[in-house]
Amino acid sequence: MSPRLTRRSALAGLAAGAGVFAAPAVLAQAKPRVVIVGGGFAGATCARSLAAMGVAVTLVEADQRYVACPFSNLVIHGTRDIAQQTFGYDALRAAGVDVVFARAERIEPEARRVLLPGADAITYDRLVLAPGIDMRFDALPGYDSAAAERMPHAWKAGAQTLLLRKQLEAMDDGGVVVMAVPANPYRCPPGPYERASLIAHYLKHHKPKSKLIVLDSKDTFSKQKLFMAAWQELYPDHLEWAPLASGGKTVEVDAREMTVVTEFSRHKAAVANVIPPQRAGAIAQASGLADRSGWCPIDPVSFESRLAPNIHVIGDAAIAGAMPKSAFAANAQAKHCALAVATMLRGEQAPSPKLINTCYSLVAPDYGISVAGVYQPAKGLLADVEGAGGTSPGGATSEFRAREAIYADAWFKVITDGVYG
Amino acid sequence: MRDCVIAVAATLAITCSFSAAAWSQTAPPAGATACSGCHGGRDSAMPSLQGKSASDIEAAMTAYRTGAREATVMDRIAKGFGDSETRAIAEWLAQNGAAR
Repeated sequence: MSPRLTRRSALAGLAAGAGVFAAPAVLAQAKPRVVIVGGGFAGATCARSLAAMGVAVTLVEADQRYVACPFSNLVIHGTRDIAQQTFGYDALRAAGVDVVFARAERIEPEARRVLLPGADAITYDRLVLAPGIDMRFDALPGYDSAAAERMPHAWKAGAQTLLLRKQLEAMDDGGVVVMAVPANPYRCPPGPYERASLIAHYLKHHKPKSKLIVLDSKDTFSKQKLFMAAWQELYPDHLEWAPLASGGKTVEVDAREMTVVTEFSRHKAAVANVIPPQRAGAIAQASGLADRSGWCPIDPVSFESRLAPNIHVIGDAAIAGAMPKSAFAANAQAKHCALAVATMLRGEQAPSPKLINTCYSLVAPDYGISVAGVYQPAKGLLADVEGAGGTSPGGATSEFRAREAIYADAWFKVITDGVYG
Repeated sequence: MRDCVIAVAATLAITCSFSAAAWSQTAPPAGATACSGCHGGRDSAMPSLQGKSASDIEAAMTAYRTGAREATVMDRIAKGFGDSETRAIAEWLAQNGAAR
């Protein structure tokens, strides 16, 4: 039980009878406490960084196990165990983080408290919100949570990942796999194309009469030239990409009929991987921290919400300008946010950051490509630092591609060890 | 220089009500904490920065930036930092290389 965990009724009583003890005076006497909501790459990193700085920090997370998305496409490919994607919170506890397993329901910015199920609440001096994404089950006609059990999105790693893997494995040779890819923004911009590559690789080697049709709601995507060159070279018979301009936008799905419908055609699928539009996790919507886009506007220096004071938003849920929604970006944002929070708790201004992102994608198990960026605040957003970043070179040797695949694997080990190990 | 660092540390100790464990010496300069997103483990394909001197890190970053040293991704990242930024990051990493 957290020392800050209170019954809502008790807290209400305290507030009502506060009298001479105004709330700020009470807070000023205690060591400031930061509450973090969400234990993914962003939230868990921020919790550890704050604990390392000696700040009292409580992490509220619904699940006792975290299943990481990066590299989960290899689980779908059949060459990686989901156990390698799965992490617990023991190391965070050992590092001094107060971990509370509960689903945070809503934040009350005025009262500075997080409401938990039942009558529990946790008060904070500053809060860091890292809720990740939710699927928008209201955005694509026919695609709701029940449909996702037949046509998995597998865009949150775990049971959905295993379901898609099982379906691919069970499919007859000759079956058509259909992927529906959403418009921007969504978690992991190059992710659908890595997945398409690895599914095509699996089909080529295990179901050679099958093919994958990628129905895309856009015409351009991350690392596009590199992906498309590799597809032409490696998967000419197994991967077909239909962009928006050729009617690739999915407008409806029928889970019972296993059909994906675009503006111009209907695709009957043996296996359908439907990645729907997304938004910031539910608590962001419930607490008024997301704007009409469904994502959370932030100040690019402090990552403080533009919609409520004393609350910072990091990771996939935040509108971070040019920074993509990636685990690397979440980790980098979290470390800077921890510094910003610690600085602001002292009554000082947060320092201006420079942030880095690097995203690896596997086009085949031994063929890696990357995109990198360096970012800094400009005109109220995080903008690319001119002249830096970009993708792996075109026309590189297979040795170069193999080296990037090795670096991809090394990156995952380093980052997960740093956050959860 | 050394006196200067000690002076900064002393000031921080007074103003900082909660003393930092990992980031105790100086606040990280812009960009410095992102490095541990890749550089951490000793048995990793990506080299650990622990035990590296500031001048070694600065020289490597500068060589990546100018293209004098071949890289897969560090050339693209190093171009995001100027001379003084690179030096500040190198000095901080030399002191806090293992910081998360």
